[in-house]
Amino acid sequence: MAAAPMVKAETVYKNYGRLEVLRGIDLEVLPKEVMCIIGPSGSGKSTFLRCINHLEKIDAGRLSVDGELVGYRERNNRLYELPDREVCRKRSEIGMVFQRFNLFPHMTALENVVEAPVRVKKEGRASAAARARALLERVGLTEKVDAYPNQLSGGQQQRVAIARALAMQPKLMLFDEPTSALDPELVGEVLDVMRGLAQDGMTMIVVTHEMGFAREVGDNLVFMDSGIIVEQGAPRDVLANPQHERTRSFLSKVL
Amino acid sequence: MTDIASGPPAAGSQAGRRPEAIKAIPVRHPWRWVSAVVVFAVVADAVYTVITAPHMRWEFVSRYLFGRLILEGAVLTLELTVTAMAIGIALGVVLAVMRLSPNPVMSWLSWFYIWFFRGTPVLVQIFFWYNLALVLPHMGIGIPGTQIGLQASTNWLITPLMAAIFGLGFNEAAYMAEIVRAGIISVEVGQAEAAQALGMTRLQVMQRIVLPQAMRVIIPPTGNETISMLKTTSLAFVATVPELFTRAGQISSANFAVVELLIVISIWYLAMTSILTVGQFYLERHFGRGSQRELPPTPFRRFRQMLFTFHAPPPGTALAPPINSGRH
Repeated sequence: MAAAPMVKAETVYKNYGRLEVLRGIDLEVLPKEVMCIIGPSGSGKSTFLRCINHLEKIDAGRLSVDGELVGYRERNNRLYELPDREVCRKRSEIGMVFQRFNLFPHMTALENVVEAPVRVKKEGRASAAARARALLERVGLTEKVDAYPNQLSGGQQQRVAIARALAMQPKLMLFDEPTSALDPELVGEVLDVMRGLAQDGMTMIVVTHEMGFAREVGDNLVFMDSGIIVEQGAPRDVLANPQHERTRSFLSKVL
Repeated sequence: MTDIASGPPAAGSQAGRRPEAIKAIPVRHPWRWVSAVVVFAVVADAVYTVITAPHMRWEFVSRYLFGRLILEGAVLTLELTVTAMAIGIALGVVLAVMRLSPNPVMSWLSWFYIWFFRGTPVLVQIFFWYNLALVLPHMGIGIPGTQIGLQASTNWLITPLMAAIFGLGFNEAAYMAEIVRAGIISVEVGQAEAAQALGMTRLQVMQRIVLPQAMRVIIPPTGNETISMLKTTSLAFVATVPELFTRAGQISSANFAVVELLIVISIWYLAMTSILTVGQFYLERHFGRGSQRELPPTPFRRFRQMLFTFHAPPPGTALAPPINSGRH
């Protein structure tokens, strides 16, 4: 019997007004698994990721993280919206890395990493700073501790963003196209950090266009198109031998 | 043909072929000189006319410029400005955050406040507070239906100074609210999202992430508002607050040196607004941290640079040399 899933989605629907972005997503991500999601832009993969930490509300279906519903509590067969405080607490257990890094530009790299542990977890500043330094060292930025984001390259910024998310000691990491905004020569350094994380047993969901990374690091690969999961399986199989016409035509364009 | 196989050319490998630096004769601008002369002549004539005005008694200007009454007035003007702006900024931030709150009660309350205080003249508001005692002799707070509460005479609560501070401060809050709101909106949504994703509460996101970044947009118009406020405090004369303008009026009603005293207080207003302008520059510099690779040079450094280069740099060029420029 496999372990209980870290993320479980059952027929998840999401629409913006009349536009249906997610149309029945069923997905399970096990602890320590690296799940890669690929698909054309507008297929709903980023939206799905944002639903997992409740940056977006789902409209139908069930979505749970570590056995608890996202954004709701269920009692007597009725759903109750969680108060803001609870939503925040749950988000603090999930790390997220954005395509555009979204580092806080008015804070140094160290301050970026220290901020959430101090404010959200009420950790002491000294111990938070010590951990932050260790994390920045882990992503290879020992020298850049006191640099402001605009003094860093895109790749360095994204590594700080990863350190910032890790500082909250999350049980799950979400990556939303973490290398899409990077110059090609900087993609490698970010992927290296992510590869290290995967080896350390972090549960990760990675929306990406890096097929090489998906093949090498991913345990599972999902191909999404227009709000549904078209195909899913071991990355090698899906990439080398896609079963669906839609997957084949997408892969033929990106590989 | 160059030898490709020898790898990338070393820096300066083409140095021998670098042509001489261009030495061109710059375009002359005769009309700049002509216009400068014309403007100078007109201004000089105007100044001369005022200085030599037949009934101008300049000794009054010099006598009162540092007179005790005027100095006290200047101090009060400054105090009024600082207090009213403090109220305006604090209340303005609260109103702006309320306006953007998902709570409809908060957002409508803020909307109504701004509508009301921005829609009535500040002069009327000062006068209103000043004369409130006419219709409302006592003010108090308490629990309805009980005897528990505090009451006081309106005249005791709202002194002329308080009337001016309320009028100026509450009016300013409405304008500051809009300025702060514009600043908040200008911060990229990704910033709030990243902070939320870390588990920060709405208030923490606002305080720690959004407002500090909004400052860059908020400060310049706030400096403007402060300078404007410094002059608007002169309206406090309707509440008989003895600030600069009131003092000038009192003195000149005794000695009839109206224009002379207006010149005196104008000098003070100009001096004080100039100091505020400098303060604003340093505030902007402080909050520009992280948004520019290099902080803009201070006026002093700019002045020094101008002396060394003997001419103003062309508009639009950076005044300070970039740190990493490899060319010299």
